[in-house]
Amino acid sequence: MMSAVPVYWFLMLSAVLFALGVAGFLFRRNIITVFMSIELMLNAVNLSFVTFSYQLKQVNGHLFTFFVMVVAAAEAAVGLAIILTVFKNRSTLNIDEVNSLKN
Amino acid sequence: MPGNFATASDVIRFLPEIILAVMGTLLMILDPLLHRRSSNAFGHLSILALAGALGGAIYAYLNGGPAFGGMLMVDGFATFFGVLVIVAGILTILPSYRFLARQGAETSEYHALLLFSVAGQCLMVAANDLIMVFIGLEISSISSYILAGYLREDKRANEASLKYFLLGSFATAFFLYGVALIYGSTGTINLAGVNVVLSGPGAPSLVFVGVAAALMFVGLGFKVSAAPFQVWTPDVYQGAPTPISAFLSAGPKAAAFAVFLRIFTTAFAPIGHGWEPLVWASALLSMTIGNFAALQQSNIKRMLAYSSIAHAGYVLVALTARSEVGTAAAMFYLAAYAFMNIGAFAVVSHLSGKGERYQNIEDFSGLAQKQPLAAAMFSIFLLSLIGVPLTGGFFGKFYIFKAALESHLVWLTVLGLLNSAVAAYYYLRILVMMYMREPAEATEAVEPLSPGLRLALIVPAIGTLFLGIFPNWVLDFAGKSSVLLK
Repeated sequence: MMSAVPVYWFLMLSAVLFALGVAGFLFRRNIITVFMSIELMLNAVNLSFVTFSYQLKQVNGHLFTFFVMVVAAAEAAVGLAIILTVFKNRSTLNIDEVNSLKN
Repeated sequence: MPGNFATASDVIRFLPEIILAVMGTLLMILDPLLHRRSSNAFGHLSILALAGALGGAIYAYLNGGPAFGGMLMVDGFATFFGVLVIVAGILTILPSYRFLARQGAETSEYHALLLFSVAGQCLMVAANDLIMVFIGLEISSISSYILAGYLREDKRANEASLKYFLLGSFATAFFLYGVALIYGSTGTINLAGVNVVLSGPGAPSLVFVGVAAALMFVGLGFKVSAAPFQVWTPDVYQGAPTPISAFLSAGPKAAAFAVFLRIFTTAFAPIGHGWEPLVWASALLSMTIGNFAALQQSNIKRMLAYSSIAHAGYVLVALTARSEVGTAAAMFYLAAYAFMNIGAFAVVSHLSGKGERYQNIEDFSGLAQKQPLAAAMFSIFLLSLIGVPLTGGFFGKFYIFKAALESHLVWLTVLGLLNSAVAAYYYLRILVMMYMREPAEATEAVEPLSPGLRLALIVPAIGTLFLGIFPNWVLDFAGKSSVLLK
């Protein structure tokens, strides 16, 4: 099944997804969307791990994705809580309006 | 060892992390039982936990070696940084007693998160495997994201926390992608294993490995706030509660540098000539941006943030040297920096008052008349940050530039020394304020030194002077440990 598709296609897809995540992080203005871009980057890395694991015929890469998923879940919990407090204090989710810290 | 989940020696070498995680959890369980009546109890308990972890770290060192099938490595290097981050944790808690009481904040979660963060840093510095580095990094970072925004009602703290979280996770994703590429191209994530593959015959395509190293450099560069990845630092240090700013500039930074040194001088040693120019440029940029931006700041926390970027640059100079002497110099410098910077932030925390109103450099005018002890201690920290002889900062800089010269980095040394001359100006400005001006609103309103704060000032001052007068004790140990690293 997987052998029908060359391995490097998966790696290319992973790189494209990662780049989309970076682009979303840099250019989107909504904090939730920015946060989702980071999740996209982490999942792109997961795809790489699984592909390499398949290619190397090892089980390690699959295990790493579980670690990454657990960490991403913890990060999501903390991140959404932080975003919530920001919204409660400022009633905005636009990242350009969160700019009170300056000299 | 297959078949065994963990042997006794694994558990002994993992002791500091176990103590910190268990005590952190215990603090959260005790929270509803103790209530606010005895809010200082949580501080006492967490100091006890950190002292226990300190003992555990030393016991682990005496029974050192690899743990959990080589995923962790308890050697002199790990112990040096482990002790450093634990001491940084203790020194953060001392000024926190008064700070939390003044802001009327809950104390149990604060201390629990601090313990978790230190546990993550202990894991980072002992990690000998890229996934362990990642896990330690995230345990430490996620706790610090919350701590940066601990004062929920404060808009500035929210913003600091948000920026720290977004940029921190962004950087982590880069680091992780680097790990994935290393895994794919070498088939291993063990640091020694990567070294063997890269230096052996039939080494994988350098393009792949180079991209991986660059991605990991970006990720770690963010964590140590090296230029050009330093943008978050001033905002986070300004907005976060002051004791936490102190903590961020000492603990997580030292741990991230430990990881940086371990990865780049073991796993990536065979491609050293490739990454050296990258680190060279980043070191120079960090020193220059940090020092010149610090000149223009009127907010003291922001100024210390820019100065911390500059100091990250000095440590990167030591990394550029790519030698054991350089590694030892970086270790010494980070120890000295932890003492002097936590001390400096403790003074800022003391003066800032309720709601952290007084954060300007002008607010320090006349502090010497009102509180000679606080002013004297602050002077020691500032002189050490400048790098005046008899302080730890002087020998830190001396060893770093000596190591750089031994590796023939003449230009970097010259530019670095010029930079430290620029830095003297903005530190001296505070000294002038404290000693040569009349007391102003902030210094008139300053409260008497509490016993916790007195300790929080005197202990780092002793540490700074000790490193300045007897540098060899620490340097000898660092020198021995940097050899073990290979």
